[in-house]
Amino acid sequence: MSAMRTPLADSLGAWRLPYRGKVGMASLIFAESAIFTIFVVAYLFYVGKSLTGPTPREVLETPIFYTICLLSSSLTIHFAGKFLERGKRGAFLSLWLLTIVLGGLFMYGTGQEWHRLIYEHGLTISTNLFGTTYYSLVGLHAFHVTIGLVMLCIVLIFGLAGRVGVEQSHRIDVLSLYWHFVDAVWVVVFTVVYIVGR
Amino acid sequence: MSSDVMAIQSADAAGRSWTEVLHEWVTTVDHKRLGVLYILYALFFLVIGGIEATIIRIQLMRPHNDFVSPQVFNRMFTMHGTTMIFFVAMPILFGFANYLVPLMIGARDMAFPRLNAFSFWLTAFGGLLLYFSFLGGSGLYGAGNAPDVGWWAYAPLASRAFSPGHSSDYWTIALLASGFGSIGTAINIIATIISMRCPGMKLSRMPLLAWLNLVMSGMVLLAITPLSAAQLMLLVDRYLGGHFFDTQAGGSATLWMHFFWIFGHPEVYVLIIPCFAFASEIIPVFSRKPIFGYPVMVGATVCIAFVSMSVWAHHMFTIGMNSYANSFFAITTMAVGVPTGIKIFNWLGTMWGGKIQFKTPMLFCMGFLFQFLIAGLTGIMLSAAPFNWQLSGSYFVVAHFHYVIVGGILFALFGAFYYWYPKITGRMLNEGLGKLHFWMFLIGFHLTFDLMHIPGLLGMPRRIYTYEPGRGWETLNLLVTIGAFIQGIATLVFVANLIISYFKGAKAGNDPWDAWTLEWSVSSPPPAYNFSSIPTVASRRPLWDLKHPEDPDSRYE
Repeated sequence: MSAMRTPLADSLGAWRLPYRGKVGMASLIFAESAIFTIFVVAYLFYVGKSLTGPTPREVLETPIFYTICLLSSSLTIHFAGKFLERGKRGAFLSLWLLTIVLGGLFMYGTGQEWHRLIYEHGLTISTNLFGTTYYSLVGLHAFHVTIGLVMLCIVLIFGLAGRVGVEQSHRIDVLSLYWHFVDAVWVVVFTVVYIVGR
Repeated sequence: MSSDVMAIQSADAAGRSWTEVLHEWVTTVDHKRLGVLYILYALFFLVIGGIEATIIRIQLMRPHNDFVSPQVFNRMFTMHGTTMIFFVAMPILFGFANYLVPLMIGARDMAFPRLNAFSFWLTAFGGLLLYFSFLGGSGLYGAGNAPDVGWWAYAPLASRAFSPGHSSDYWTIALLASGFGSIGTAINIIATIISMRCPGMKLSRMPLLAWLNLVMSGMVLLAITPLSAAQLMLLVDRYLGGHFFDTQAGGSATLWMHFFWIFGHPEVYVLIIPCFAFASEIIPVFSRKPIFGYPVMVGATVCIAFVSMSVWAHHMFTIGMNSYANSFFAITTMAVGVPTGIKIFNWLGTMWGGKIQFKTPMLFCMGFLFQFLIAGLTGIMLSAAPFNWQLSGSYFVVAHFHYVIVGGILFALFGAFYYWYPKITGRMLNEGLGKLHFWMFLIGFHLTFDLMHIPGLLGMPRRIYTYEPGRGWETLNLLVTIGAFIQGIATLVFVANLIISYFKGAKAGNDPWDAWTLEWSVSSPPPAYNFSSIPTVASRRPLWDLKHPEDPDSRYE
């Protein structure tokens, strides 16, 4: 590949490799995407194949408000990271807290929707194929949001204790990469469940 | 300097009680120790899986044999397949990757040492869980009951109705746990190779072993995860009353087959690519020539990885797909043969004109080369859908994939053992016992798996626990079983060699094979920190440059 080799290019100063945390998280996201793909394929494969009701058209309501909450949390976490990079810890912490609140609101929305589906429409995971695939896919996503929230809260606790500074900002970037992924998955799940699936 | 280090280590070891040593090994995050743990753990399961294979072969030795009951026979082939793939092949290859990759790229450890330990223990407990099913499989009622649904657990056989008790759950959760372990290790290998290379170790200079393990890890991320997802769905079906694979409620049994084989076929390449890596390191050293066509080797591997993600349904020709799907999967399957063929030509090109040294590692690699070629050719035969309709589910298929796994993967692995054992233990494996092992295993292998094709062609289905006399299968099956015993004895010779050489083998020194990659620049076994100062490389063969300063490779790159 490299026919020409200059001694300068090989000097120690020029030798920089990507940060391992980012590479690791990117690999994890790659693997997680494959898991979600399988669940999405199963959902799409079974659309309209339930033998009994209720059907998605009858019971699903599009959660627009909670979707906006989750997607805007991507913005808040991004700017939180930027503030941390510049050493503005107060702004970082408040935006970080806002991210957690927005993620928590989304989880509340999911919980409310499930409560409505179960108690008002009698749809559980064993009712029909729609129930099985719906709760699995949305549940898998909600599980990832929960994991993300737990990690965000851990950072918040450390941050309130004054332990998160500029030197941790590349680690914070790794976590926000995960959070962006969770949001991106929601775009897919939302499209599949609430738009295509109906 | 290196002998000083070793002296200090052995003095340390002598001063400690065995509980302290055990504690050290259990809590270790060192990539070399975890690599050794992976390998020992896999060897343990290799013996167990081998015993299960022997039970299967004794049962099939003659018609109407009643060595084991049909129920036990089903458990044996299920456990044999599951054990050999998930708890022998995967961990042993991860073990070698763990041990060798950081040493070869000039790093002091993996990128995430604790994740590394976590992944190993997940895999280890997965294996224990699988075997605990012998005791706890039926739950509270009745005696023990291991999984008996086949290693692919087709729906609806794995549903509650047809697989009561907990045997299938043990299978599911064991695979889920070891699957997460595999994903963790794959992430670790990728991050290590991308981010931990020593100065000058550009991607275009990396040893092929590192390159191929990078590709393999990428495939693990894409291939193991569908299996994990499918296992989660199976758990939803079995525990929460879901209907993913429940045909009574509109679910599809075919979907499980698709999900399983989206994992299942790339998995074969996940296993064989590290073996390509072993061959690509061993063959040049014993041909005394650099590898022929390095960039093409990398390209062919990436190509295999891509194409092999789209061949899975050739396992499903008999389920009745439409002719477009059949043609697509037949063509992609045949297409995988092209990059694979390129690799075989490259290895031959490496040997061509070289001063070949017929040491044991090289013998095993040459066996690998020719047997893998034959295995590939029967694979091309089976990729033709009409031929496949005749022979799917027959012993021809069993012979084909054992040719890949034993003739290809296991032979390359044995080669790797003979090649790197001196680095790991500091002692050479006995060459005489090694040659005995090679020739006995070769004879046993061909007796078993060459002949096994024929009963398949004569119509013997797989997974039957016995058969009628007078179909022309008896003599062949007897010979196949005899071959299995010869392989078993050869493996015992190997294990004996491992143990005897550990205590009595000749001292290896740093570089017994006059090799060229970085792991041979440190002492054998390497110190805990690998490199006292991080090396800098200027070519693909840093040790050649060191040994031949008058004519270094770096001059030509």
